[in-house]
Amino acid sequence: MSVKLEIQELNKDFEKVKALKNVSLKVEPGELFGFIGPDGAGKTTLFRLITSLLLPTSGSISVDGLDCVSDFKKIRNLTGYMPGRFSLYLDLTVEENLNFYASIFKTSLKENYHLIKDIYEQIEPFKKRKAGDLSGGMKQKLALSCALIHKPKLLILDEPTTGVDAVSRKEFWELLKKMQKTGITILVSTPYMDEASLCDRVALMQKGEIMAVDTPEIIVNSYAGRLWEVKTNNMFALLSNLNEINDDIRLIFRFGETVHFTTTKLEEDTVSTLVASSLKEKGHENIVVKKTVAQIEDCFLALMEE
Amino acid sequence: MWPFIKKEFFHIFRDIRSMVILFGMPVAQVLLFGFAITTDIKDVPIAILDHSKDHVTREITSKLLSSGYFKLESNLKSNDGIGNSFKRGSVKEVIVFEDNFAKKLEKEGSANVQLILDASEPNTATMINAYTTGIINTHTMQMMKTAGKIPMSIITESKMLYNPELKSVYMFVPGVITIILMLVSTMMTSISITREKEMGTMEALLVSPLKPIQIILGKVIPYILLSFINLIVILLMARFVFGMPIQGNVVLLLLESIMFIVMALALGILISAVSKSQQQAMLLSMFGLLLPTIMLSGFIFPVENMPYILQLISHVMPSKWFIIIVKAIMLKGVGIAYFWKETLIIFGTTIFLIAMSVKKFKLRLE
Repeated sequence: MSVKLEIQELNKDFEKVKALKNVSLKVEPGELFGFIGPDGAGKTTLFRLITSLLLPTSGSISVDGLDCVSDFKKIRNLTGYMPGRFSLYLDLTVEENLNFYASIFKTSLKENYHLIKDIYEQIEPFKKRKAGDLSGGMKQKLALSCALIHKPKLLILDEPTTGVDAVSRKEFWELLKKMQKTGITILVSTPYMDEASLCDRVALMQKGEIMAVDTPEIIVNSYAGRLWEVKTNNMFALLSNLNEINDDIRLIFRFGETVHFTTTKLEEDTVSTLVASSLKEKGHENIVVKKTVAQIEDCFLALMEE
Repeated sequence: MWPFIKKEFFHIFRDIRSMVILFGMPVAQVLLFGFAITTDIKDVPIAILDHSKDHVTREITSKLLSSGYFKLESNLKSNDGIGNSFKRGSVKEVIVFEDNFAKKLEKEGSANVQLILDASEPNTATMINAYTTGIINTHTMQMMKTAGKIPMSIITESKMLYNPELKSVYMFVPGVITIILMLVSTMMTSISITREKEMGTMEALLVSPLKPIQIILGKVIPYILLSFINLIVILLMARFVFGMPIQGNVVLLLLESIMFIVMALALGILISAVSKSQQQAMLLSMFGLLLPTIMLSGFIFPVENMPYILQLISHVMPSKWFIIIVKAIMLKGVGIAYFWKETLIIFGTTIFLIAMSVKKFKLRLE
């Protein structure tokens, strides 16, 4: 029922930039696979190549054994694609949008209602409303319904949660998990690092390259070095002050309310006292230094530095 | 296919701008060209400076004024008034009869009348001049005839075929039809396709199993219908508002128009294939097509009087051939035997453009 995806040494050059460099990857049938990376990492380009909207410069992609260049029509039949900008007709109502997308895939809303029931039920009260008047979260659900209406075996979602509030984001991921249970293979891209842990496996992308592919747990556990968390009354000066303490204090960056840094050579017991006393000399108060567990964002930034 | 067309109609009917362009514009254009932009001579204000004031000058004056072409603005007393009348712009022509006009005519056989014209609008001035001279000449001939003075004379009798009253509406309607069909078909389709590109919905359409020809037809059929309705509206207005007859076969006219519409639509698709945004598509169809259509198709300026280079360019404008066809059917009432060449040219262009646009229409994003 579900399909597997294989990408081999994929390169994509545009006129001035190399959008993808030597990307190789395998996605197993029924997997919920995440592509994590900032804007410009090449996520959208990769998805457009998989959906056969773009042609690779070199390398190959196969979906369920079908080649994305020669068998592109068959691939288009079994993929559901939700582009980054939701691709809804804003002047059509919710119902009209769905009916239209159903009809171009030669099916109907009635016939496949059960497929999208869970999602569509939430927006059904607004079915007479124009898509342009929906909130971000509702637009996203409508776009997902449109992408699912023809019962695809591979679902590709390009930044589905960008521009959507936190509650809707959470709901959306729950929906994805539920859909995954029906056996569909799902590829999803996101710039939000915190969403990585919700995927079965993730690929961390940066400037057209894949830096790491694994389950979120393994990526996090394999974090090289010890990660620390600092908090003081003067967060503004903290970043530069930390930098001056010791050469082994690296990868200093803001992480929410705190600042993270990493050590490798320094003795574990000495770090917190060293940092606390040095910061005190520089006028910081209410200093808290403690060891912490790495998250995907830490791993991402560490990989970027390499 | 039907859902696609239905969707396209929703887009059109829900967008006020499209509706204005589709339905307001044709009506406005026809009215504008028909009523406002007219080159007909009617009630031209003139002044008369009659130094003689005898029976002959009075007769000529009343002939001029009763013709309907002229309206007496003022009777001038002296030469000084002439300059001022023109400067004020209150008259377009001043007619000056010399002293003892009738006496001179009787004794010497000739008398002078001077026509002074405002040539800041050269075309109008030429026409006023011709009309005035014509009326005066006719009158002189009649006088001579009654006096039995000329033994021999050649009388020219002109007959204006196809447009006996020389109404400018007859000339404008075919042009307006062409412009409207071009505008609605080419501009609207190219904009509506590029809009899908801009909104990202084109991505979703391309990923679907729809064939390019289905996407194109779905986009184009609504505009064929709307252009056709426009055509009917313009023809009805020409007939019932301006009294312009359709001498030839109406069915033939509609068939030729449908062919022209299809050509314009293919052009629109081609434009949308090469432009990335709605704005670019609009500029391309406006300046790349509409202006040349107006300037070079013979709609306003006769092609024969253009520099050779421009004449050559005008051959490439399908609108030029279409205007010839429309005029032939509407005014001359002739059949296809008289314009099969023009028809063939448009037909060839249509096939070429369709082939190009289907080929250029990309199944991918690049």
